[in-house]
Amino acid sequence: MSGGTTLDDYTGRYAQRIGGMTASEIRALFAVANRPEVVSLAGGAPYTAALPLDAVGEMLKDLMSKNGAQALQYGIGQGLPELREQICELMADVGIDAAMGASPDDVVVTIGGQQALDLVSRLFLDPGDIVLAEGPTYVGALGAFQAAQAEVVHVAMDADGLIPESLEAAIAHLATQGRSAKFLYTIPTYQNPAGVTLSEERRERVLDICEREGLLVIEDDPYGRLSFGGQAPKPLRARRREGVFYLSTFSKTIAAGLRVGWILAPHAVRDKLVIATEAQILCPPHFSQYAVSTYLSTMPWREQIKTFSQLYSERRDTLLDSLADLMPPGMTWTRPDGGLFVWATLPEGLDAKAMVPRSIAARVAYVPGTGFYADGTGQRHLRLNFSFPPPDRIREGVRRLAGVIEQEMAMRAVFGSGVGNSAGSVWPGADNPGLA
Amino acid sequence: MSRVLVLAGGLSYERDVSLRSGQRVIDALKAVGVDAEMRDADLHLLPVLREDPPDAVVIALHGGIGEDGSLRGVLDLCGVPYVGCDAPTARLAWDKPSAKAVLAEAGIPTPEWVALPHERFSELGAQAVLDRIVERLGLPLMVKPAQGGSGLGASVVRTPDSLPAAMVGCFAYDQTALVERYAAGVDVAVSVLDVGDGPTALPAVEIVPNSGVYDYAARYTAGVTTWHAPARLDRGVAAEVAEVALAAHKALGLRDLSRVDLIVGADGEITVLEVNVAPGMTETSLLPMAVQAAGLDFGQVLATLVQRAIAR
Repeated sequence: MSGGTTLDDYTGRYAQRIGGMTASEIRALFAVANRPEVVSLAGGAPYTAALPLDAVGEMLKDLMSKNGAQALQYGIGQGLPELREQICELMADVGIDAAMGASPDDVVVTIGGQQALDLVSRLFLDPGDIVLAEGPTYVGALGAFQAAQAEVVHVAMDADGLIPESLEAAIAHLATQGRSAKFLYTIPTYQNPAGVTLSEERRERVLDICEREGLLVIEDDPYGRLSFGGQAPKPLRARRREGVFYLSTFSKTIAAGLRVGWILAPHAVRDKLVIATEAQILCPPHFSQYAVSTYLSTMPWREQIKTFSQLYSERRDTLLDSLADLMPPGMTWTRPDGGLFVWATLPEGLDAKAMVPRSIAARVAYVPGTGFYADGTGQRHLRLNFSFPPPDRIREGVRRLAGVIEQEMAMRAVFGSGVGNSAGSVWPGADNPGLA
Repeated sequence: MSRVLVLAGGLSYERDVSLRSGQRVIDALKAVGVDAEMRDADLHLLPVLREDPPDAVVIALHGGIGEDGSLRGVLDLCGVPYVGCDAPTARLAWDKPSAKAVLAEAGIPTPEWVALPHERFSELGAQAVLDRIVERLGLPLMVKPAQGGSGLGASVVRTPDSLPAAMVGCFAYDQTALVERYAAGVDVAVSVLDVGDGPTALPAVEIVPNSGVYDYAARYTAGVTTWHAPARLDRGVAAEVAEVALAAHKALGLRDLSRVDLIVGADGEITVLEVNVAPGMTETSLLPMAVQAAGLDFGQVLATLVQRAIAR
């Protein structure tokens, strides 16, 4: 190899969008996070061990004996008709009903919420297009938008979710540049990663702004049913027939491993979604759809969601209590009323990404905030998951994390080196009151 | 047929790299008919070593227990032979400042350095110590963890004001930082192998990262670094590089295999940066490249090293 080798014979042939894909030391550090020795507050996994696994096993056995040949066959691109009907019954629970224009005919079943995001991106985004999204926002959505070579402009949130004034200001700011966003992507209820919920009053204001500005809304609602005590505000789609596409998933309410989600979109868009999904995957997994459909029709799924919510509520309490008991002054965090995540902000000058190796050495893992901002800012923040680790592990994880933060503070005090742009950045010039 | 246990994974920062090394070693050994199995170094290891001991162990663990001698010590306690140097040697070579002291003592050039635990900075005043470092060693400087690999926590410092951040980044990975004068030049790695006729230097591999920095991404992403094996060195320089690498291997008392990382300066001056006792074995790692450049079969080489370990 006198001319040298890059060990990749295909260098120069890749699409432009592949350019930035390199090995990452942060991703490598997470290889340790899944080991049992490490308390992982990093994941986003539901606690599937709380499912009635024996009963689910019997249900699947029954499904196979009665309908196996069909369940293992190809399906149609739009998804199993009976499942789409059941999805509409579910959506009707939260106000997205026939009166609001929801019909099984306008539901497209997807491989989890992630494929729904990819399909929406394929349909609506050209390279250079702008997407408005909460800052911070779901890392998988950023991945889908970035794969479509779109630019994400973050809009500030506070404890009541997306700030309508910031949304207006962001739209106006783009207009001064002669630009406009293709859509607003939002997770209004128990947001990932921030854990906050868009308040009742703000829902109407955000919708009014989007309506007035002709801005399409992509509403992502994976966590809305995981409420701790109170009732979540009605989804945006339950308030407007037009201009809101609704995305959801069974990943958090039944099982993430089945990979079944859906989009509710207007008729004309639905047609294009079906064509796009057929080009991509032919059809969503038939077996998984049958499993979900059978589960919904034969198992006490509402009670199971209550079980999940109760479990997560206790774990949320443990996490919040542990943070209050153990964290050093200067640390703040959100107080979610549902969902899976708490968003924490480190004392000034600390960098959650730079702190990862120290935390791995202390056998505790979290996700640094930088992954939730398109421009990689958000160094001061971290996302903590409470759905998966049991309470005693959550407390132990927080204890370890507190030690790591104290060491890091001591180190920063010695060297006096803070990080430059430490909070997550929203659109230039915006006021960002912060989340906690 | 020998039964080989390949240890990979671990809890160090290099777990991911280690798992890739381990798989590559398994594939290479199986390709030459050796019965090889991979296992993590965890709670299940000692029961397995006691109840179903392998004929030999290949350590593909990077960082921490894989290189600091501690796992080798445990294998000694269990009476299980392993490929590579013994525990005390690994402990010495793994600690970069200790290894550099041995090299310097043996007359092998290595960049001037200072190694300081973070407590010294708080006790003596960080700025005063940093000022003294810059005054004495000059700029640019290389800051890296005293123990560790894969370029994690390492950075080049070109201005005095970027030194504190580099120290903080380094101390995230280790309690002690090694700060050394930055050696500019061609990056080469020489793998040293002893398959029975004494240590031999394999052809040097030259490393040219696209970004100019051989960091984690440059090491483990195919396509963003160009490797030349053999390195594009004059014959005389290549011979000298091989000689220096062999001298380093011997000075540290290493055994079976090692990888010596060196810089060849513009004036032909050769300096040793560090020596690795458990070199990477991944698809983009330097030792397997050198083995190939030497016209050897990676699996055969490993199988021979395993036989030597068993015979010890």
